[in-house]
Amino acid sequence: MARVTPHLPWIGRRLLLGLGQTAAVVLFIFALTEALPGDAAVALAGDQPDPARIARIREAMGLDRPAAERLMDWVGGLLQGDLGTSLVSGRPVTGYLTAGLGPTLLLAAATLTLLIPLSLGLGVLAARREGGRLDRTVSALTLAAHAVPEFAIGVLLATLFGLWLGWLPPTAVGADPFTEPAVLILPAVVLLSRPVCTISRLVRAGMIDAMASPYVAQARRYGVSGARVTWAHALPNAFAPATQQLARTCDWLLSGVIVVEALFVIPGLGTVLIEAVAARDLPVVQGMAVVFGAVTVAVNLAADLAARRFAPRSEVAA
Amino acid sequence: MNDARSSLARRSFLIATGATALAFTAACGTGTTTPDAKNAAAGTPKQGGRLRAAFAGGGASETLDPHAANLFVDAARAKALFDKLADFGADLAAVPRLAEKWEPNEALDTWRITLRKAAFHDGKPVTAEDILYSYRRIADPKGTFRAKASLEPIDLDASRAIDASTVEFKLKRPYAEFPNILAAFGAYIVPKDASAFDKPIGSGPFSFVSFKPGSSLVVKRNDAYWEGAPHLDELEFVVASEESARVSALLGGQVEYAHELDPATARTHEGKGKIDIVRLPGSAMQGFVMKTDRPPFNDPRVRQAFFLIADRKELVDGALSGAGEVGNDLFGKGYEYYPAGLPQRTQDLDKARALLKEAGAEGLKVTLDTAPAATGFVEAAGIFKEQAAKAGITVEVKVGNKDTYWKDILSSGTFASYRSGAMPIESHISQRLLTGSTTNATKWQQKDFDDLYQQAQSTRDATQRGALYERMQRRLYDEGGFLIWGFADWIIATAPKVHGVSKQAPANTLDWARFDKIWLA
Repeated sequence: MARVTPHLPWIGRRLLLGLGQTAAVVLFIFALTEALPGDAAVALAGDQPDPARIARIREAMGLDRPAAERLMDWVGGLLQGDLGTSLVSGRPVTGYLTAGLGPTLLLAAATLTLLIPLSLGLGVLAARREGGRLDRTVSALTLAAHAVPEFAIGVLLATLFGLWLGWLPPTAVGADPFTEPAVLILPAVVLLSRPVCTISRLVRAGMIDAMASPYVAQARRYGVSGARVTWAHALPNAFAPATQQLARTCDWLLSGVIVVEALFVIPGLGTVLIEAVAARDLPVVQGMAVVFGAVTVAVNLAADLAARRFAPRSEVAA
Repeated sequence: MNDARSSLARRSFLIATGATALAFTAACGTGTTTPDAKNAAAGTPKQGGRLRAAFAGGGASETLDPHAANLFVDAARAKALFDKLADFGADLAAVPRLAEKWEPNEALDTWRITLRKAAFHDGKPVTAEDILYSYRRIADPKGTFRAKASLEPIDLDASRAIDASTVEFKLKRPYAEFPNILAAFGAYIVPKDASAFDKPIGSGPFSFVSFKPGSSLVVKRNDAYWEGAPHLDELEFVVASEESARVSALLGGQVEYAHELDPATARTHEGKGKIDIVRLPGSAMQGFVMKTDRPPFNDPRVRQAFFLIADRKELVDGALSGAGEVGNDLFGKGYEYYPAGLPQRTQDLDKARALLKEAGAEGLKVTLDTAPAATGFVEAAGIFKEQAAKAGITVEVKVGNKDTYWKDILSSGTFASYRSGAMPIESHISQRLLTGSTTNATKWQQKDFDDLYQQAQSTRDATQRGALYERMQRRLYDEGGFLIWGFADWIIATAPKVHGVSKQAPANTLDWARFDKIWLA
């Protein structure tokens, strides 16, 4: 099959670029969080903003030290693999990450497991019946579904399947998603609703292009069966642009599912991040930034690799 | 332990689903039974079962340290696991709890507390040493616990344990309302030398089973509780910060108790038989603060004009969806020492205009600071803006950051949205209305008012003290900086099988979130 020879220098460049990007994200987040009005002491004081108490909290948290000093301390810890401790609870940031990562990864995995076959299937189906009724129906449906925000779909599905029909749990309140996977079905469907539209449309467009390309015509002339042409020759080429979109979806699933997590009460990374920002809990926000940055870099690297492997000549990689 | 938890979770899911089915048939059968009558009916409490209660939470940073309590969910959890020396009754008067009784000396600056017989979950008795340790921990000069300000009047160095069950508190000054300190938010009693609260040991009605920050706390019945064991076998606190999620979880049978509902949601489900709505009156004061030390509000006539601009009924109906009652510019409607005899203030635009003219403040422009920091804030600001326009005043509504709102309005700005949970009128005065008060948002700093307060605290006789409180409140009613337009109900919803939920207790008082008195039918 495809040759995976002189990729190493390219991978090395990509990795370095990724490290730089992660560092930039962290610095950027630090600056942004510093620029937010108020700090952890103010957020913690809440509706009892006694100035003396705020000053004491600030001192106890070390927030009275200059920002640069706090950043250096944190980076120093980071280089030794220490993500620091939460300002609010005093628990290690890694604990926050592992607690939030489980549910989020589970949800993301469930979504992806459904997303890939579903969007490939839909895209190929629509492309093979280009211009037909099926194609038009799929196009109309995906366009319509894509226009509805997650929040609305979530409320609708929870009300319909959770409350009216009673088939599925309407929220994941107090449930452990690992032992009660039923609580993940509705959130996964909500998460699926939009990426499935974009990716299936990309696959459809790529398929139509590929099916019209000379190499497919050549394969047909050699008498290769229709199914084999579709799945083994046209699809890999059509899939290359879709992988980039898939990578973006992965990032989004890990960090952008806040609405869905809040709606269904899944204590995942999005929820942890939102709460940490509201509490101005800087070490937790920074720790998450590192993880999100690293994941984004890794996923995009994987996508570029995949795209190169599926369509080596299209030179999609950056 | 993990296995036990997950199998429990599965079981309760099944039980809950079955119960919902039952609830449907029950609702069909009885038809006319109102939720209120059903809950008030003095049925015999049933033993057993597990109740899941959903609260808005503090996320992954939550701790079980009862002294670090800041949120309602913290208070509810701390109440299940720990005790205070006293707590507040429905009228916000202190009720003895771990303290069996309290006696002041003649000068009201030394108080002797006698403890009742109670034990921590590990079997050790609650002693005077535990009390002193807990209070010293809260009041630690380097610490930042919320109740520290409340404990300030106590001279803890001079206070001592007379014997195992008697504590003598020396105060820095006479303080007739000393029991309010014992009931203060966060003044929980922990065992001597306790400093880690991963597996907290308290003397409360429930003992610790397991905790996942930001997600769930499971506690079980403490059979040796001094006030009698709770009815429930187990209680689980779950956290759902979205109101819609709490309601869905309740409707879907995933929880049996949901704390803090929007008035609009409550109205949708009230009387439908699927869930019971409980409204706790007098829980949340709603109003505006006018800074009395700066223009335009340093002129009492402007403040009086603003009092007369507010159409309170319209504010309650609009900003609280009608879930509450109108205020009379005084804190603590219905509480002990509230002057119920003062005439209800109503909108009087003519008089307001006349007052503004007299003060030379016609065509006044004011910025109203608000933020989505509490239910109805932004809505109320919009409504008041319209009302003020009728009196020729331009109110510019400025929506700020909700995370830092309380600090932002404490000393900046001139006019701002405000709310407060339940506390005794005395605490409201001492925390917000004295020259040295730490959260004096109206900048009400009046020497004679301070003197009246101190005089009240040196007065033994409750009737005389009441008269002094009335004088102080009359003064605030006439020319204070708090424009208090309403008192919001605190709304709780339960599954129909939940019984024994108090309907009178304002949020944060003794009978609120009192799961040891709740049972499942």
